[in-house]
Amino acid sequence: MKEVIEKTTHAPATNTVVKAGQLIQVHLTINEKKYVLELEPWTSILDALREHLDLIGTKKGCDHGQCGACTILVDGKRIKSCLTLAVMYQHVPIITIEGLAEGDKLHPLQQAFIDHDAFQCGYCTPGQICSAIGMMNEGRAKTKDDVHELMSGNLCRCGAYNNIFAAIEEVMKKEGKEKI
Amino acid sequence: MNRFSYIQSNTVAEALDEVVPNDGSKFIAGGTNLIDLMRANVERPAHIIDITHLDLHTIKEMEDGGLQLGALVKNADTAYNEKVQSRYPLLAKAILAGASPQLRNMATDGGNLLQRTRCYYFYDSATPCNKRSPGEGCSAIEGYNRIHAIFGTSDHCIATHPSDMCVALAALSAKVHVTNKEGKREIPFSEFHRLPGDTPHIDSNLKPGELITAIELPVNNFHRHYQYIKVRDRRSYAFALVSVAAALELENNVIKSARIALGGVAHKPWRNLEAESFLSGKPTDESVFKIVADMILKDAKGFKYNSFKIELAKRTIVRALTEAKNRTASEPLDCYTYNRHEKT
Repeated sequence: MKEVIEKTTHAPATNTVVKAGQLIQVHLTINEKKYVLELEPWTSILDALREHLDLIGTKKGCDHGQCGACTILVDGKRIKSCLTLAVMYQHVPIITIEGLAEGDKLHPLQQAFIDHDAFQCGYCTPGQICSAIGMMNEGRAKTKDDVHELMSGNLCRCGAYNNIFAAIEEVMKKEGKEKI
Repeated sequence: MNRFSYIQSNTVAEALDEVVPNDGSKFIAGGTNLIDLMRANVERPAHIIDITHLDLHTIKEMEDGGLQLGALVKNADTAYNEKVQSRYPLLAKAILAGASPQLRNMATDGGNLLQRTRCYYFYDSATPCNKRSPGEGCSAIEGYNRIHAIFGTSDHCIATHPSDMCVALAALSAKVHVTNKEGKREIPFSEFHRLPGDTPHIDSNLKPGELITAIELPVNNFHRHYQYIKVRDRRSYAFALVSVAAALELENNVIKSARIALGGVAHKPWRNLEAESFLSGKPTDESVFKIVADMILKDAKGFKYNSFKIELAKRTIVRALTEAKNRTASEPLDCYTYNRHEKT
């Protein structure tokens, strides 16, 4: 894992106009580590993660906010990292799939996805897991139908939906918050 | 995506100062529609003004019991807000019928009003589109126009406005508060969006350089008998073919006042005031609802692939009014999802 990247920089701060083509100094807090990057203003969080920080767990599916593969947690809330400008998300806690395990101990939802064979190709899996954690944080899902509706922003073209649901259901039941 | 300059503004005045009208400046908040359109090369702003740090993040109570939604309140936070759910459940329900949870966590209330059409040809820069490039022509009129408008179309554009939230805001007669360098003004919701006419590239009556600061919800008695029905190709996460926001104020089973707004059928949320006032004083009979549906759809004009929307809209109006009438209890606040309530 990369440590804090500090670069000597002359990139401007965000309260001055950053001209087209000019690099901008961006402070990101990802999985409890702080990074200072020099980015073009049109760089999405998704591209910052994948292209600048080698955090390639977060996947680029459609890059249009339709598939959910790029779902991450910002301040505990699930968002689509493709429809963002990284410069707009400075100093807020961002959690990606890489930040869920504690050392070698997987997050319960990661383990449940393995136990229930909740994927085939695995490309949508990081987004599915982050989205399900976001859904549980929101605390709105009480029934099976609620989970189906509130997970509808994550597509799985292998069609592993039944096993994805089973994995989520198991974790929700274990946490005792829900009665699905 | 095109190259642009960027600045973060910290006050409304700072943000307005950054705009030079017609120079291609764009405000950005949630970014869910703008960034998508920039990826598709449909929007090519020269300058992006980040307004997310402006002090417009709260839902305020008005003295008379109405609510004022700050322009930067997220769609999800609006829909799950207790005051919104108890006073304007129609609005909460409409918001939750739209997009996906991730997008609702990002998208703002002000931005929802300014989302652009989902017409396939508008997104596809290989085809002519008067909305994208004025004067090119419209590919939808003679093309595959299944999702297009049946009201208020012109020879230049038959696109629809894609929002669910706006259909409820139209039914609730919301007001849009905007600020420009000269001062502030309020725009009644019915006058906020416009019909395409011969300038379909202009979606709304917001002037260049104006900023939406809030959406005002006036006091009403539509929190008991309401329904939002969205008919779409998939059960979730799809745009409406037809949607109906219906609200009734009843007194001894007689309609005191009614609101009906349609989505997915026009360049703006569609209301017919004549049909609404026809309902005043009438009983809540299905026969009455059918007459109203016919009144609303009498001016509809279908195209090759979307004429089905005319009958679909009529049936959806009757169903929405019937379900609004039959509603006896308010919906639960803590497990509020659109499909859950569709079944009840």
